[in-house]
Amino acid sequence: MAEGIKDKAAIIGMGCVKFGENWEQSAADMIIDATYEAYEDAGIEPKDINAAWVGTSQGGVRGTQLAVPLKLEYIPISRLENACATATDAFRNACYAVAAGVYDIALAVGVEKIKDTGFSGLETSYARHTAQGTWLDPEVFVGMPAQFALAATRYFHRYGLSYDEGKRTLAKISMKSHHNGTLSPKAHLHREITLEQAINAPIIAWPLGLFDCCGVSDGASAAIVTRPDLAKKFRGDYITVKGLGITCGASQAELQDDYDFTHFEETVTAARLAYQEAGIKEPRKEIDLASVHDCFSITELINYEDLGFSPRGKAKEDVDAGTFTLEGDLPVNTDGGLKCFGHPVGASGLRMIYEIYKQLQGKAGPRQLKDPKIGLTHNLGGLPGRFTCAVTILGR
Amino acid sequence: MTIGITSYGAYVPLHRLGPGSNGWTSPREKAVANYDEDSITMAAAAAINCLDGFSRQDVEALYFASTTFPYREKTNATIVSVASDLRPGTLTVDFSSSLRAGTNALKAAIDAVKAGSANQVLVAASDMRTPQPRSGMESTLGDGAASLLIGNSKVAVEVEDSYSVSHEILDDWRAEGDNFVRSWEDRFTLEEGYLKIFPQVISKLMDKHSLSPKDLTKVVFYAPDPRRHQQVAKELGFDLKTQVQDPLFATMGNTGAAFVLMMLAAALEQAKPGDRILLANYGNGADAFLLRVTEEIEAIKNRRGIRAYLESKKALPDYETYGVWRGIINKAPLVRRPAFRTPSPAALQRDIGKNLRFYGTKCKRCGYPQYPPQRVCTRCHAKDEFEDYKFSDKKAKVFTYTLDGLGPTLDPPMVVTVINFDGGGRAFSIMTDRDVDKLEIGMPVEMTFRKFYTSEGIHNYYWKCMPVRA
Repeated sequence: MAEGIKDKAAIIGMGCVKFGENWEQSAADMIIDATYEAYEDAGIEPKDINAAWVGTSQGGVRGTQLAVPLKLEYIPISRLENACATATDAFRNACYAVAAGVYDIALAVGVEKIKDTGFSGLETSYARHTAQGTWLDPEVFVGMPAQFALAATRYFHRYGLSYDEGKRTLAKISMKSHHNGTLSPKAHLHREITLEQAINAPIIAWPLGLFDCCGVSDGASAAIVTRPDLAKKFRGDYITVKGLGITCGASQAELQDDYDFTHFEETVTAARLAYQEAGIKEPRKEIDLASVHDCFSITELINYEDLGFSPRGKAKEDVDAGTFTLEGDLPVNTDGGLKCFGHPVGASGLRMIYEIYKQLQGKAGPRQLKDPKIGLTHNLGGLPGRFTCAVTILGR
Repeated sequence: MTIGITSYGAYVPLHRLGPGSNGWTSPREKAVANYDEDSITMAAAAAINCLDGFSRQDVEALYFASTTFPYREKTNATIVSVASDLRPGTLTVDFSSSLRAGTNALKAAIDAVKAGSANQVLVAASDMRTPQPRSGMESTLGDGAASLLIGNSKVAVEVEDSYSVSHEILDDWRAEGDNFVRSWEDRFTLEEGYLKIFPQVISKLMDKHSLSPKDLTKVVFYAPDPRRHQQVAKELGFDLKTQVQDPLFATMGNTGAAFVLMMLAAALEQAKPGDRILLANYGNGADAFLLRVTEEIEAIKNRRGIRAYLESKKALPDYETYGVWRGIINKAPLVRRPAFRTPSPAALQRDIGKNLRFYGTKCKRCGYPQYPPQRVCTRCHAKDEFEDYKFSDKKAKVFTYTLDGLGPTLDPPMVVTVINFDGGGRAFSIMTDRDVDKLEIGMPVEMTFRKFYTSEGIHNYYWKCMPVRA
C-alpha cells in the first residue's frame, strides 16, 4: 500500500527573483539569483546539492541549462516540462527523490524567459510540443484567453449570471489580487485598480477583459528540499510537504459532449489526491491560505469550487463576502497571484510555494497573515480537457 | 442512352460588396469570398451541394475548373475531391486558363460518359478573380462556384448536342505574376472578340437543329457586362423578360469559369420537364450546349440553390475590409503575432481524413462518435474498435463560445466555439461567416470547408462551423 509523501520531504531554503519584464536579465541570470537566494536561505553551499530538477515550459533544453550557469559539476539534473505545473512538478520530483532516500539534498528550479519573444501574450507555446505537424489543433488556433473565456461564457450561462453580474464578480477577484500585489515587492504589477476599471477594460477574449488576464512575465524561483529528519540541522522553521497531487486530462472537454466547461476535473482530482495524502477532509476550514492558478479571473472563480472552498455555483457569494481577501476566512493569492505577481509559466509553481513557505514562516512582510498553519498551491496548465493540474499542501 | 446532368449545385459566398458597403461606388452588389475562402473551398461547397442525396462512391471522376487555382503546380481537384468526400483515388483533373474552363470541363465530362469511360463525372467550377482596385471591371466581377453531376441514368437534363469553336485573341488576360485581370481597349475586344464570335456559335447550333428563338424555353449565356448581355439576346431574337436567364450582374457578378454554370443552376431551379435550354459560354472561342429537361428534374429540386444563396447575404461594412480579405491592403494586425508555422506535408497526408474529409471515429463497442479520430475510446476505453464517422455533414449546436480579439484572423474578432454535434460528439471549432451580434449558446451551426492559412506556399485547409445558412 502506497504511503504518500506526507511529512517525508521538507523545504529548507527558497529563492525567487522579482518577476516582471526583466529586460536586463537572461534566464541564466534569474536562475543564479533565485538559486543563490535559496542557498543562502538554507545555509548550504552549492556542493551540498546531490541532484536537481529544472522546469521550463518555453525555455531551454537539458539539465545543462542549470549546470552551466550554476557550475553544478557532474550531478544528475533533469529538465522537465508540464505546462503551468512545470515548477511544481520539478519540486515534486525533488521531494520524491529525497523521500525515497536516494539523495539527501535536492534542488528544484523553475524558470521562464518570455519577454524576449516580442509578443505581448504567450506564443501559444504548447503548440510547439503538441504539434501534430499540421498545426490544426485547438492548442494552436485557440489562444489562452479564448480557452478560458469559453468557460466564462458557459459559467455565466449555467448559473444565470448576466454579463454585468459576471463581469462584476470577476472584477472583484482581480481587484483583490491587484491590492495584494501592491504589498509584494517582488511582484510584477504594483497598482490598485477599481471595479469600474476592471469591468470597463478593453475586451481581450469576450467576456474577459484586460484586467481578467494575468501578467506575462519573466521570472525564476527555487527550492531546496531534504528529509524532515535532516531538515532540523539546517533550520527550525522548515516547512514540510503534506500532500502532492498531479493529474492530467485526456481531452475530455474536446471529445465528450457532456463535459460542462464550468468545472475542471483535473483540479478536482489533483486536489483529492493531495487532500488524501494530507488528511484534509474539509478544505474550507482546514486550509489557512492558498495560491491558486489565476491565469484568468474566471479560472480563479472556478478553482474556488473545484478545490472545495465554495459549493458549486456559489463562489460568487464568497467573492461578494470577501472570503478570499487578506482579511477573509481563506485568503487566496496573497502575493498578488499570477494576476499581479506575474506568470513566467515554468516558474509559477515554485513562486506559489515560495509565498506559502514565507507565510508559514511568518516572513511575508506587510501581507503576513496571522499564524497560518496549512497552505495550498494549485497550478492548471493547458486548455480545458487537456490540463495538467498540480496541487500541493504545505505545513509547518 | 441518354446522357446529361443528373444533379446540380452551387455556392455563393455570404458576403456582398454593395450599396451598404462604405467606399463602394457601384450601384450593383456583388458576391465576395471571405478571407478564408478560395476557389477550392467554394468548389467543395458547390460539389457537396450538388451531391446532396447522391452516393459519393459512384462518382468516378472530378473535373475542376477555375482560372484562380490556389496551386499552380499540384492538382487542385484532389483537394476538392477529398473535401467533398469522393471515393479515394477518384480521377481528378484540373481545367484552367480560360473562362471557358467550366464548359470545357462539362464537355469533357459529357464525352467521357458518352465514350463509356465513366458512368458518373462530377464537374465543379469556381472562381475568385481579383480586378484591379477601382477599375471598371471591379463592379462586374464576383466570386462563386457551381457543380454538375454528369451521368447516364436518371438524367434530369439531357445534353442533346454541343458545338465549340476557338478564337485566338487577347481581350482579357493574366500573365505569370499578374495579380489583376488585364484588358485591351473594349472597342476592339468586343467588336473582334465577344460580339463577333459568340452569336455565331449560338446561331450555328440552333441552325443545325432547325431551332428558332421561340423553340427555346430559356437561354443561359455569358457576357462581359449587362449591356452586352442584353445586346446579344436582342440580336439573337430572344425575349429578355421570358426567355433570358438573369446573368446576376446586379446581385452576384461575373464569377469567371463558374459564371454560366451558376446561371444554369439558377435556371434549373425554375425548369420544368420538357423545357429546352441553350447554354453558351465565351473565352478565346465559345461553347454552346443544347439541353432538354426531363421528369427527373423534380427529384433534385430540394437543395439550397442559387436563389437561396443570393438571398442569404451580409453586406461588408466597407471597401477596406474587402481589400484586407483580398490581400490588396496589407493591414497591420491588432497585436504582434508569431508567424503561422508551415505544416508538414507528411502530417497533412496522414491527417487527410481528419482535416480535409472531417471524419472522426465511432466506437463500435459503446457507439459514441468522437472527433478528432481516436484509437482508444474516450468513453469506454475500447482500443482500435472504431468505424469511420463522417462529421462534415452533421449539424451542431453551440455549447459555449468566445470572441477572441487577438485571434489569428483577418475578420476579427475570431469566434471560437465548442459545438455539440447532432447525433453525438463535439469539437472545438472556429466560426466563420458569423454575425458577432447574433451569437448565443444553443445556436445551430453547420460545417464548412475553409482555408486556415498559407505558409511557404502550403495552403492549410480545415473545417470551420458557421451559422446555418437560410
